[in-house]
Amino acid sequence: MNSNRILEHPILEFSEGSDIPFSFDGKELVGKSGDTIASALHAAGVRVLGHHFKTGHARGFYCAIGNCSSCLMIVNGVPNVRVCVEPLKAGMVVNSQNDRGVLP
Amino acid sequence: MISIPLLIVGAGPAGLCAAYRAAEVGVDVLILDRAQKPGGQLVKQTHKFFGSEKQFASTRGIEIADILFKRLEDLPGRVELLTDATVIGFYEDGVVTAEVQGKFMKYRPEACIVATGASEKTLAFTGNDLPGVYGAGAVQTLMNEYGVRPGNRVLMIGAGNIGLIVSYQLLQAGVQVAAILDAADEIGGYLVHASKIRRAGVPILTRHTVGLAYGDEKVEHAIIHALDDEWNKIPGSEQQLDVDVICVAVGLSPLADLLWQAAVDMKYIGALGGYVPLRNSDMMTSVAGLYIAGDVAGIEEASSAMVEGEIAGISAAGRLGFSSEESHLLKKDCLQQLRQLRAGPGSEKIRTGMALAGAYV
Ligand SMILES: Cc1cc2nc3c(=O)[nH]c(=O)nc-3n(C[C@H](O)[C@H](O)[C@H](O)COP(=O)(O)OP(=O)(O)OC[C@H]3O[C@@H](n4cnc5c(N)ncnc54)[C@H](O)[C@@H]3O)c2cc1C
Ligand code: FES
Repeated sequence: MNSNRILEHPILEFSEGSDIPFSFDGKELVGKSGDTIASALHAAGVRVLGHHFKTGHARGFYCAIGNCSSCLMIVNGVPNVRVCVEPLKAGMVVNSQNDRGVLP
Repeated sequence: MISIPLLIVGAGPAGLCAAYRAAEVGVDVLILDRAQKPGGQLVKQTHKFFGSEKQFASTRGIEIADILFKRLEDLPGRVELLTDATVIGFYEDGVVTAEVQGKFMKYRPEACIVATGASEKTLAFTGNDLPGVYGAGAVQTLMNEYGVRPGNRVLMIGAGNIGLIVSYQLLQAGVQVAAILDAADEIGGYLVHASKIRRAGVPILTRHTVGLAYGDEKVEHAIIHALDDEWNKIPGSEQQLDVDVICVAVGLSPLADLLWQAAVDMKYIGALGGYVPLRNSDMMTSVAGLYIAGDVAGIEEASSAMVEGEIAGISAAGRLGFSSEESHLLKKDCLQQLRQLRAGPGSEKIRTGMALAGAYV
């Protein structure tokens, strides 16, 4: 499941971290404490975060520090959340965003 | 509305050093950073820094961030640092607005230092919006902060220091690097880094670029090609690489949105990464009391960002009426350090750029 996690590294140590369950497009996934939504999805093998509202092209993250808005998703019903800087919390409901988003 | 003496935007090396110097002479400082922890770019730098001893050379970036943060305790001035705090607006009347941990806040600082750093440039090629095309900083963040591999096999675009260092970090994380490309004739980064990577078996192809990325809703293949003297594609030189990440390390540009809002005089200076604020030797912009430091003032390195931060901190404190004999001497010494940092033959472009921006060179 978490095959993209780095377990051994010559310099850094990554602690095991506790499991954080969340859902993505209706599927149950598990992230780790310290994750952002984007890092948890990436670790679970999810790269496509949504589709461009005009071209329909698949979207992934680009900058991972909250600068570019390439990673907008719907989180707990709220659209346009930059998931690359949004800390993952247990029970979050994360959905792909394919339009400009409608405020709840 | 909260009135404060000094607001610093950004807790990277520039902002942290500015806070230190201002609080040292007694100024109360508020630092706001939109990230979850302080340190800016340093928090993902696992390599030992180059540069001079005064700027912590041969210490790892992550450790430097810690040192700069911890020394803000127990100073004559109080330093308050708030994370998850994004500054969003600068108004004509000097009011600064921010979203601080979910709350909208208004501040009226007597002086302000903007140290927001930089944002990554991107590159035009077909398929550059596919998931799997990631900025170099993003790849670093994912690996070094979150412990997640960006993919299995990476094509790196850009053989400057960032491209080389991130390639090496990828190898350390157990990720294959298919090749490093650079459109220029020569490797831009330090040769020590390049040789280390070549020894690990990664080809570095100069005069090459990527023309196309494709795959089913994510990067699966890239087509690269060689460039002639006019930077045109050499027909027949195309090669297909099977990669799942294309990492773009083609440079940074100053993150200067707030300075545009504050209407400071800006100038396009290619050597500094794009539009940069004009400044004087105190690091003050054309708006009185508004200072800058670090990558937002022109893309350089953490070492110069720290020294610029110190100068901005001392100058802003001086403007608020806090200065001492030592702080004058210290500022002189900092200007000297900047000069040394920019002295090498490799810094020719930076020197010219800085002179155009009004900096002390
Ligand atoms: C791969 C790589 C390797 C490097 N290696 C070296 C090296 O070996 N030696 C060296 O000297 N330099 C190195 N550098 C360069 C160095 O990291 C940067 O030059 C330095 O971090 C710039 O410092 P800064 O404080 O200006 O900006 P940053 O470190 O980018 O910090 C800016 C801070 O501002 C915050 N911010 C931005 N906008 C807002 C806002 N609106 N509101 C609130 N906060 C905001 C950000 O969250 C961030 O924390 C390297 C860089 C990279 C990417
Ligand atoms: S990837 Fe750029 S804002 Fe999230």
